[in-house]
Amino acid sequence: MKHLRTSESALPEVQSAPEAASRVKRDRWWLCIAPLYAFTLVFVLGPALYMVAVSFAENTAGTGFRWAFTLDNFLKLRDPVYLNCFRESFRLAVSTTILNVLIGYPFGYFMGRLSVRGKRVMMFLVMVPFWTSSLIRLYGWLIILQVKGVFNNLLIALGLIDEPLKILYSYPAVLIGMVYALLPFMILAVYTSVEKMDWTLVEAARDLGATRAKAFFTITLRMTLPGLMSGVILTFVPSMGLFFIADILGGNKIVLVGSLIQDQMTRGGNQPFAAALALVLAVMTTLMLWLYRKVTHTSELEGMF
Amino acid sequence: MRRKHFSFSALYLALVTLITYLPIAVVIVFSFNDAKLPVAWKGFSLRWYETLLHDAALMEALRNSLVLGVASSAFAAVIGTLGAIGMARVHYKSKGMMAYLSTLPIMLPEIILGMVFMAFFSLLHLPFGWPTLIIAHTSFCIPYVFLMVKARLVGIDKSIEEAARDLGATPVRAFFDITLPLILPAVASGCILSFAMSFDDVVISIFVNGPTLSTLPIKVYTQMRTGVTPEINALCTILLIAVILILLLSSALRRKADDRQ
Repeated sequence: MKHLRTSESALPEVQSAPEAASRVKRDRWWLCIAPLYAFTLVFVLGPALYMVAVSFAENTAGTGFRWAFTLDNFLKLRDPVYLNCFRESFRLAVSTTILNVLIGYPFGYFMGRLSVRGKRVMMFLVMVPFWTSSLIRLYGWLIILQVKGVFNNLLIALGLIDEPLKILYSYPAVLIGMVYALLPFMILAVYTSVEKMDWTLVEAARDLGATRAKAFFTITLRMTLPGLMSGVILTFVPSMGLFFIADILGGNKIVLVGSLIQDQMTRGGNQPFAAALALVLAVMTTLMLWLYRKVTHTSELEGMF
Repeated sequence: MRRKHFSFSALYLALVTLITYLPIAVVIVFSFNDAKLPVAWKGFSLRWYETLLHDAALMEALRNSLVLGVASSAFAAVIGTLGAIGMARVHYKSKGMMAYLSTLPIMLPEIILGMVFMAFFSLLHLPFGWPTLIIAHTSFCIPYVFLMVKARLVGIDKSIEEAARDLGATPVRAFFDITLPLILPAVASGCILSFAMSFDDVVISIFVNGPTLSTLPIKVYTQMRTGVTPEINALCTILLIAVILILLLSSALRRKADDRQ
């Protein structure tokens, strides 16, 4: 083929060679993405569509369901019990996120202002708990917060309290566990943004007479907004589903959407309702991610990598 | 003024870090405690480390978790790396949508993934156990490798590979000689991250593990609900040391990659 072409004319050859080469390339490259495409279609899109379909199905006695098109599963969400569950989850997720911003933003900010060596050390210190099993750390809190635990013993020894506090199996305990589990995400997201910041802008603002606070709010906060937003999503999204923290630190007192889904899926045996719950949660999550993209004009979440 | 500002930030960083390490420290301390309940200190002992070695069920769970982590991150490494390389070169219309879909497993709350897989696997009549666990874990490991390699590919000068091709290298040869060494650190960090996520996962595993297969997090979770044996403390301490070693290794890898850049 190639030889034939050259014999005809030299000029088209020069023009079409890269094009032809890239076509050959492209033809081979599909092999590279084939496994990803196949896996994603079968094990991501497939289950997702199936879940959507099931959420409209009709529940039958036992664990089964019948194919139908009914909105009953969604209408069931209006039941005060379930509405309350969504509200509780939402409240916990919002509180977790706010506390994470308050604790994590200054942390990421200060970390980003350290020397290269300091950053490296802090990064290591942040990563060790992040990589340690979340259950192990949860267990550590269980030991600390229990009635005869480290925390109460300490307070009694200091003479601050007489009776041990019942922190474990309460809302504050769950909140502590959630904030603690998700804080590293916030820190890393904010840190990534702060690290990339151009500090000469802040200096310029200060030189032009802006106060420290004004320079922070007009420049630093704005420029680190993608990191902050990313941190908000990385803490808010998982906190809607982390049922095991509420389960272990909250006893069975706090029922979150996550626990409800698990319960409906296993013990309750109502798959269509579980699917409807999951779908609502998924839509809420997707909306948040979409909002993030709109606000920050980026597609990748900052600080995840 | 400047000094005062600095010392406040240092104090803040130190304080928060200290609180972060508190639960871990407690677990380590109690792993050496000579008592069954983690309430009071009864003296130094290594007995829990000894009983740990003889706890067949716990050791099996640990082995299962290791195998699962290695298998899922290996599958993810192949699928994710090839996918990222291919995606950078093809111009299909479906590309953006597929990239979005393939990263969905880490964007949604884990609980959704777990329940959806449970329902889907029963539809397919897949036997619950190894196959389902590996598929489920691979699905959330792929995005880590994919996104890491994708980010790395953006930073690579394409002309190097083109130069190799111009000099007569086959596409395969150019890939193995040029592209692969350049993206290898990203593949490695993606693998380490996937392994860590797989090794730590409880929410998704609990839906797809089946009746007999148990991973370490599932074992710890069940114990935490019924009653924890102090061997768990000992095991956690050992795992913590492993984590620190892996982190040191990965930061060394990253530094090497930075130097090369």
